[in-house]
Amino acid sequence: MSAPAHEEPASFAFDAESEAKIATIIRRYPEGKQASAVIPLLYVAQKQMGRLTGSAWVPRVAMDVIAERLSMPPIRVYEVATFYFMFNMKPIGRFHLQVCGTTPCMLRGSDEVMRACKDAGGVAGPGETSEDGLFTMTEVECLGACVNAPILQVDDDYYEDLDYESTVKLIEALKRGERPAPGSAIGRRSSEAAGGATALKGAEQD
Amino acid sequence: MAKVTVDGIEVEVPNGASVLQACEAAGKEVPRFCYHERLSVAGNCRMCLVEVEKAPKPVASCAYPVAEGMKVFTDTPVVRNARRGVMEFLLINHPLDCPICDQGGECDLQDQAYAYGSDMSRFLEAKRAVKDKDIGPLIKTVMTRCIQCTRCVRFAAEVAGTPELGGTNRGENMEIGTYVEKALTSELSGNLIDICPVGALTSRPYAYVSRPWELKKTDSIDVLDAVGANIRVDARGPEVLRIIPRINEAVNEEWMADRGRFSFDGLKRRRLDRPWVRKDGKLHAATWPEAFAAIATKLSSLPGDRIGAVAGALADAESTLALKDLMAAYGSANLDCCDDFAAIDTSRPDFYRFNTTIAGIEEADALLIVGCDPRKEAPVLNARIRKRWTAGKFPVGFVGPRGVDLTYPVQHLGDSPAALAGSAFLETLKAAQKPMLILGRGALQRPDGAAVLAAAWKIAAETGMLKPDWHGFNLLHHFGGQVGALELGFVPGTNGKGLNAMLTGGVDALWLLNADGFDPARIPAGTFVVYQGHHGDEMAARADVILPGAAYTEKDATWVNTEGRAQRGRLAIFPPGEAREDWRIIRAYSEGVGKALPYDDANAIRARLAQASPVFARVGEVARGGCANPTGPAGDAAALNNVPFALPIAVYHQADVISRASEVMAQCAAIYGPQQALAAE
Repeated sequence: MSAPAHEEPASFAFDAESEAKIATIIRRYPEGKQASAVIPLLYVAQKQMGRLTGSAWVPRVAMDVIAERLSMPPIRVYEVATFYFMFNMKPIGRFHLQVCGTTPCMLRGSDEVMRACKDAGGVAGPGETSEDGLFTMTEVECLGACVNAPILQVDDDYYEDLDYESTVKLIEALKRGERPAPGSAIGRRSSEAAGGATALKGAEQD
Repeated sequence: MAKVTVDGIEVEVPNGASVLQACEAAGKEVPRFCYHERLSVAGNCRMCLVEVEKAPKPVASCAYPVAEGMKVFTDTPVVRNARRGVMEFLLINHPLDCPICDQGGECDLQDQAYAYGSDMSRFLEAKRAVKDKDIGPLIKTVMTRCIQCTRCVRFAAEVAGTPELGGTNRGENMEIGTYVEKALTSELSGNLIDICPVGALTSRPYAYVSRPWELKKTDSIDVLDAVGANIRVDARGPEVLRIIPRINEAVNEEWMADRGRFSFDGLKRRRLDRPWVRKDGKLHAATWPEAFAAIATKLSSLPGDRIGAVAGALADAESTLALKDLMAAYGSANLDCCDDFAAIDTSRPDFYRFNTTIAGIEEADALLIVGCDPRKEAPVLNARIRKRWTAGKFPVGFVGPRGVDLTYPVQHLGDSPAALAGSAFLETLKAAQKPMLILGRGALQRPDGAAVLAAAWKIAAETGMLKPDWHGFNLLHHFGGQVGALELGFVPGTNGKGLNAMLTGGVDALWLLNADGFDPARIPAGTFVVYQGHHGDEMAARADVILPGAAYTEKDATWVNTEGRAQRGRLAIFPPGEAREDWRIIRAYSEGVGKALPYDDANAIRARLAQASPVFARVGEVARGGCANPTGPAGDAAALNNVPFALPIAVYHQADVISRASEVMAQCAAIYGPQQALAAE
């Protein structure tokens, strides 16, 4: 991917909500080190695109705006943005289904989760977007929630302990415009043992 | 200083030096790709691994600082194995296309694979391929060959000051490029070709042209700007095939500007390869005796003070001197070497030289640039200013048009001479220990040029630039022949007329030696014009007699750069057709008219040069010193008018006759032309 092969918006400007976030972000860095804010600003741009267009990605013009804002050469922003998989360099669907495929999730059935995404979401394969434009599925590396494997990250939310049926249910709900509560699909609390807590019982009473 | 033992050889290197530098000090060769002395250390190619005593693993010597008593081994089984491993990894994705690669024969990867690689690859999977990038008409890219040493990225960001290259994506998908397809905007982009250790970035005009071992290599001097970059002209038969820089720390380090590097194809086009004489209003091909006879007939009919001579931007010192002597024999003092009408005061050499010297820029601690765009007028010198700026604490003031990007930040003080007076920046200069001022030759081309010169000198004097041990006043010239002519005093003599007077009826015959700087329409209709030069540009069309001369690659000649450093260019190829070395043409003519000049070989004319000015007696050197006499040039500093400064070089790639004849430069001008500059603002 050297040059974008998709439609690029002609212009990009941060809206009021983004500007408010940017103001607090830039304050975190010492004077003259504003370039450090490039990753948070890329997130802000991606979020804003998701909010306004329904597709959370970072167009080139947005990177140029960020470069100018942080007084850095545009190429330095391109380098950072293309390095991290978390930034989408081309338009994606309304929901970004990020299936963890690393070993623990794979052993716990991430292949089934992926199959469910394909079947229910209508996505042809990793990196593809469904025809209705609702879902883009990507296979990602370890999401760091192995104890609740397998994981499906939808935009920013983790859905845990999934299997084929629960994934299909989740996707159907997303299609209806609902946002099911994130967390375990089998009802366990955070990463407690599957059958309920076995240690530190009653700890909260103390 | 730290004592380090490299393979049993004890060397002393400064604290903070890298192990690689210590190895070099001990005379040990360490292979490397990403490391380059003039760029920051990246440490990503891992080729320079060496063993250090007590270190658990081989270390990358380029990025590892020395320590007192360190013992380094560059040739142990561990080192050899490690390098072989690194080389195997580098070659995993490198194509085996050496036979069709332009870098073949001068490729770091090829050489080092021979020396440090293994004989075969164990990699059986598919190699990756990378799409080639279009980064302009000068550089050809074959990105599959790239080993991602990032030298080009660092060069563009650090030396050239145009951070346009980068590495995008990651891991196996990492690519070097501009991400958004665009032509690089640097005037130093050709240097990317030299620093690329593989065949990823090669010269587009030189693509598939030749192999390095087929070329005749001649050391010479770049005259297309006044820096006087040391170059090597590579020729095969009658053709110059490429020009690359040589190292000269005092002048160009190892860089070179694009116009000098790529305009040589202009040496083959629009050349004057035989004499021409105008008969009945039309130029007819003639022989040398016919041409000389036509000139002799005209000149002998005129009194000396009705004959004038102008030496231009690309005239070498020998021929300028010969022409001066010839004019003296005719009794004419009508000489001028400022074919761009620059008001230069030659009463003292430090009025027209770059006195701080190019290397001296690195010592300065404040800079004022007046009416000059060093990036376009002398890209290599601009890189030196940028180098100084990168080192920190270097305020730069700029008087000239707004929106000029010099690759380092400047305080824009104003666009006209009025900004020179009473600016707050003058206090910054006064506070500095070694302040310097660069005045562009373009600023002297104005009608009030003499006043600008005097005003600039006055500022230099008032802000402490003129001290016994520091000379901070600098004039930046544009071409390789300009300072040589000034050193030789090719200016109006006693009762002599300057160019303006000569063009307004002051003379009846005009001998133009490479003088292309002014509009030929300004020559009055009745004036008899002898044009001696190498390109059939506008001025040649106006001539009554054309004497075909040699271009800078075609003669042994002396050039003086803006510092006043005389340097010798050497003949790389012979001039085309009947064209001859310029001073020999004048010498031959003088013989025919009974005014034989008192030298007839190169040694004799060089002895005469050394007599005429001491700069020619110490070729390659420059007499640097402080300012002994702060009295300024003759101009009246108060006579400034308030017209904004205009920059003289509008189209960088077509600023001289050679580059105007070059197809490559024409392509560049179409891409980087003035309309592009406007859009960028």
